Amino acid sequence: MGIQDVSVGVIVNGKERCAEVEPRTLLVHYLRDGLGLKGTHIGCDTSQCGACTVMLDEAAVKSCTMLAVQADGTEITTVEGLGTIKNLHPIQQGFWEEHGLQCGYCTPGVMVAMVALLKENPNPTDEEIRIGLEGVICRCTGYQFIVNAVKHAAKLMAEQNIEIEEVLS
Amino acid sequence: MVKHVGARLKRKEDPKLLTGNGNFADDIQLPGLLHAAILRSPHAHALIRKINIEKALQAPGVVAIYTGKDLEGKIGRIPSSWLVPDANLKEAPQYPLAIDRARYVGDGIALVIAEGRYAVRDVLDLIEVEYETLPVAVNQKEAMAEHAPLVHDDIENNIALHWKAGEVDDADIDGAEVVVRASFNVQRVAPSAMETRAAIGQYNPGSGELTLWCTSQNPHIHRMVLSEVLNISESKLQIIVPDMGGGFGGKIGVYPDEALIGYAARDLGRPVKWVEERNEHFSASNHGRDEIIDVELAGKSDGTLTAIRVRNTANLGAYLSTMGPGVATIDFGLMITGAYAIPKASCETFGVYTNTTPTDAYRGAGKPESTYQIERAIDLFAKKIGMDPIEIRRKNFAKKEDFPYTNAQGLVYDSGDYEKPLNKALEMIDYKKLREEQANQRKKGKLIGIGISTYVELCGFGPSAVAGAIGFQGGVWENSTVRVHPSGKVNVYTGTSPHGQGHDTTFSQVVADKLGIPMEDIDFVFNDTKAISMGWGTYGSRSVAVGGGAVSMAADRIVDKAKKIAAHELEVSVDEIDFSNGVFQVKGAPSKRRTFKEIAKSANMAWNLPADMEPSLEKQAFFDPSNFVYPFGTHIVIVEVDKDTGEIEIKRYIAVDDVGRVINPLTAEGQVHGGIAQGVGQALWEGIVYNDAGQLLSGSFMDYAMPKARFFPRIETAFTETLSPVNPLGAKGIGETGTTASIPAVMNAVIDALEPYGVKDIEMPLTPEKVWRAIQNGEGN
Amino acid sequence: MIPAKFDYVRADSVDQAIQLLQQSDGEGKIMAGGHSLLPLMKFRVTEPGKIIDISRIAELKGVRIEGNRIIVGALTTHHELATHPIAQELVPVLADAASQIGDIQIRNRGTIGGNIAHGDPVADLPAPALALEAELQIQGDEGQEVMSVDGFILGPLITLLPENSVVTSVSFKIPPSHTKSTYLKFFHHASGYPVVGVAVVAGVDKKGFIDFVRVGITGVGEVSYRASSVEKQLLGQRPTETTIQSAAELAIEDGEMGSDLFASAEYRANICKVYTARALKTVLL
Repeated sequence: MGIQDVSVGVIVNGKERCAEVEPRTLLVHYLRDGLGLKGTHIGCDTSQCGACTVMLDEAAVKSCTMLAVQADGTEITTVEGLGTIKNLHPIQQGFWEEHGLQCGYCTPGVMVAMVALLKENPNPTDEEIRIGLEGVICRCTGYQFIVNAVKHAAKLMAEQNIEIEEVLS
Repeated sequence: MVKHVGARLKRKEDPKLLTGNGNFADDIQLPGLLHAAILRSPHAHALIRKINIEKALQAPGVVAIYTGKDLEGKIGRIPSSWLVPDANLKEAPQYPLAIDRARYVGDGIALVIAEGRYAVRDVLDLIEVEYETLPVAVNQKEAMAEHAPLVHDDIENNIALHWKAGEVDDADIDGAEVVVRASFNVQRVAPSAMETRAAIGQYNPGSGELTLWCTSQNPHIHRMVLSEVLNISESKLQIIVPDMGGGFGGKIGVYPDEALIGYAARDLGRPVKWVEERNEHFSASNHGRDEIIDVELAGKSDGTLTAIRVRNTANLGAYLSTMGPGVATIDFGLMITGAYAIPKASCETFGVYTNTTPTDAYRGAGKPESTYQIERAIDLFAKKIGMDPIEIRRKNFAKKEDFPYTNAQGLVYDSGDYEKPLNKALEMIDYKKLREEQANQRKKGKLIGIGISTYVELCGFGPSAVAGAIGFQGGVWENSTVRVHPSGKVNVYTGTSPHGQGHDTTFSQVVADKLGIPMEDIDFVFNDTKAISMGWGTYGSRSVAVGGGAVSMAADRIVDKAKKIAAHELEVSVDEIDFSNGVFQVKGAPSKRRTFKEIAKSANMAWNLPADMEPSLEKQAFFDPSNFVYPFGTHIVIVEVDKDTGEIEIKRYIAVDDVGRVINPLTAEGQVHGGIAQGVGQALWEGIVYNDAGQLLSGSFMDYAMPKARFFPRIETAFTETLSPVNPLGAKGIGETGTTASIPAVMNAVIDALEPYGVKDIEMPLTPEKVWRAIQNGEGN
Repeated sequence: MIPAKFDYVRADSVDQAIQLLQQSDGEGKIMAGGHSLLPLMKFRVTEPGKIIDISRIAELKGVRIEGNRIIVGALTTHHELATHPIAQELVPVLADAASQIGDIQIRNRGTIGGNIAHGDPVADLPAPALALEAELQIQGDEGQEVMSVDGFILGPLITLLPENSVVTSVSFKIPPSHTKSTYLKFFHHASGYPVVGVAVVAGVDKKGFIDFVRVGITGVGEVSYRASSVEKQLLGQRPTETTIQSAAELAIEDGEMGSDLFASAEYRANICKVYTARALKTVLL
């Protein structure tokens, strides 16, 4: 039974990527093993924990519950696409300042999910953040400092937006 | 210069983790890497009649398949590392793969090696195993009964150990004015680190060296045990723990799997990687707790407690895990009096084999269980005599002036002032007003409950002589080397094994203050047995108390030597040198000075050192503490129970902990939050469930309920600081306090809420259905 | 976890998808968002030989109004449904229920067609679908047909969906404008599925009598159901604590309570009644 590989073309963190993969290749494995983007993790296999969360065309999705080929033609952002050590994204800065991580395993997925949350709701309350965290599991932090981290990021992003507006005007 | 110790500093280890630059086990790629998968028993108890690998060997990409029989005599048994003495301990042999009989769902049957992650998974489906199922023993009390099926044929009544400590006579109980008798089931839970276990082996046939990257909380214990199992010299076995996604006790154990991967890498001469899947993790990684605790608490009608007698029947699973035997015995049984001066205490523990996944230490290991029984029993006692739960606690606390305090089981609590956090917590909630509010709400039909737990915990094990006396197959000291480079930059090596706790930061704070240099100039090295001479890892909240002690001592030795060099260069005696903020200075002569950086260069160049002084600036210290440390505190929980559905809402959570010196309040609070979440999880949601056939029913996060953000209020924390006299930092452990304190606090709150219904106890986890049933069966219904 | 091998083909039209199904000799499975099917494939509970991806078929997208019904294209994701202005305005109970499915990551991928075609007994959407008298538009090798959602799901993962056919859209009846609605859910602590989910659409006439009431219940058993007994009892009554309470007692009459690790049938019956009463009170009082 000859199973044909399928071709997958995606833009990941701004870079065009093309590959032929087995149809059953999960997106998370394509990102990790195929593209070497190790920041996206697998925590549960059953789409509860959200450690594998990436942004797909601006929407947070669980890359362990998606075939790579389903992502064909989309634009993907992983944790590596958020910011760099020298130039952290506000969400990364927020997690750092507020101790939003301990072991750091769930963190990339959590941050990506929270970036998506902040896009829809730039100034969330504690309650809204906690509900927004429904798609992730963190075993270390008890979530409180994650909530603080997201609020911190929201504040940074608001300040940045003001700066951008000032520059534009 | 601002002091680092005590400062709320963000962590050094974070930038790499925040940007996807962490290096976790599955991130490791090696040329020619093969993938491994383990076929596991679907039966709780079965004879292995036949394993047919013919078809599997034809599968694309398959490289090798090993069965238990293939490995007989080639890999040693996997031993337990806690051989509790005077307990008639019977250690059943555990082989890396089951040879003729599977003893729990998840027991390893065959190891498959293939080219690629996907290919190896496909091979598993092609192996045909003929099983003959056997009767099973699942519950520990049933497993001890006459004629129960035997997990190991030669171990009578499945009793792995029978241990006793302390003496309480029948008269102490039966003759008392008031006796409370209760049975508590501290249910089985899964530690559930977000990263599952993994191992990667690489063998160098030229040098005969085997490198094993694996998820471990204690790489040197892994090296010590695996060098025997794999018959390789410790000098040729290197264990490296890369970044690790949590442990919580689940990664203390030396498992068969790591041995298998090391063996296969050596046998095949190619690197091999194994990464556990989450559903595999639920059956193949050690669980925690699973203890049935029968307690009798005796005292007077004025609230004075006089004796406690406890029996713990612990489910140890199919084999003895690395630390398993010590949990329900030493860890639990010596702490049964908690924070209270109860003059008489005794504990009898049965450790029982069953056809279930082995149990091992899980966050708190024995102390959450001991705290649970005393904090629950004292509430029942108070209820019985009509006393406020706060008052009965105050009345029985070990008094401040009695420290170091020797408890009834002979443990010496290092330091304590139990009133302090209690008073602070009561202040934070305004207890009196809260009780009034509760009464008002009750009149309106609302069920508000206030739960309290005034715990004390034992951690930071030491000295090693005591570890030896209690059968622990290891030392409990810690080691640290401070290496100052010619530039004045510093590497510090230590044997603790951080995986989220933030040692890199907290230990750097200690060293920065000692040496008077910036945090950025310090880089820690952990988790590599080749780089670090020896160490005992991270568990039992030992890292700051014991590891921090070693770090602190090594840094002091650096200062001592540097001072001598400075004195020599400045042509004064050592006594005339002051050292502060990284500057050595002649007393009264501010211009005569040397910086730490200058001395670092002098020491390493060795052009002009005092006579008889060896070159370089590097010091090692080995710290073996004189005693355990005993953190304590008060947690108060306020809940509301929905009387129609049994749903529980946590309205407030107050935690006041005394962990001695707090090195970094930010990370300390993080530890408290995380610990509480896990304890609340045990009380309310989590539970490993087997059916009567030994099948695991809660084998994924779809059934096993992990704590989620939306179920928590903002946790209110505070610290009091009662320093420990047993280590240089005055620090106690903090990793496990939250878990230890929160389980009974939550349960006490829910039982308090249900007082109008006369409910005395509900088994954990407190699912809405159980709570609803308790209300239905309660008084007035 | 890794699914077994399969062939993959992307269909450009519904006709092509059906043709591919026909050609696959029973090996083919339709995949849209994949959030119902792929988890089962990863557990290797199901091992289809061919996946027919319909996620790019334009004709299956979009939300529109047709007469007194809202037509929701099968590929509409839960998040799109939850945030769609038409849904929010005319069938808020549907948007509300959609917003409570799983989590945002799942809602971004899971589709209404996949959710309902799959027949998951613990899905959220059947509750509002029943309350809104939903119909499935199905295209098969013998043409188009319309099926009521009520009765479509026979048991866990078993539906009336004919072989070689595709759900193309789901339509919902727009309730009278004077009605109000809610979806009330008891979350399973682990999975986030409803242990009970109650959708209520109801309204009161000018004289203060209930003149419209629809109750859909999901999660409690193997099959979601419309609580007709509750509806019958309430119709023509004045909404009071007492009338609602006694009607809610009938919430279990039209369905069967299931039992699992988390909750027994007896307990489910209790919360089914309690949640029905609360949902009715939210809407009617």
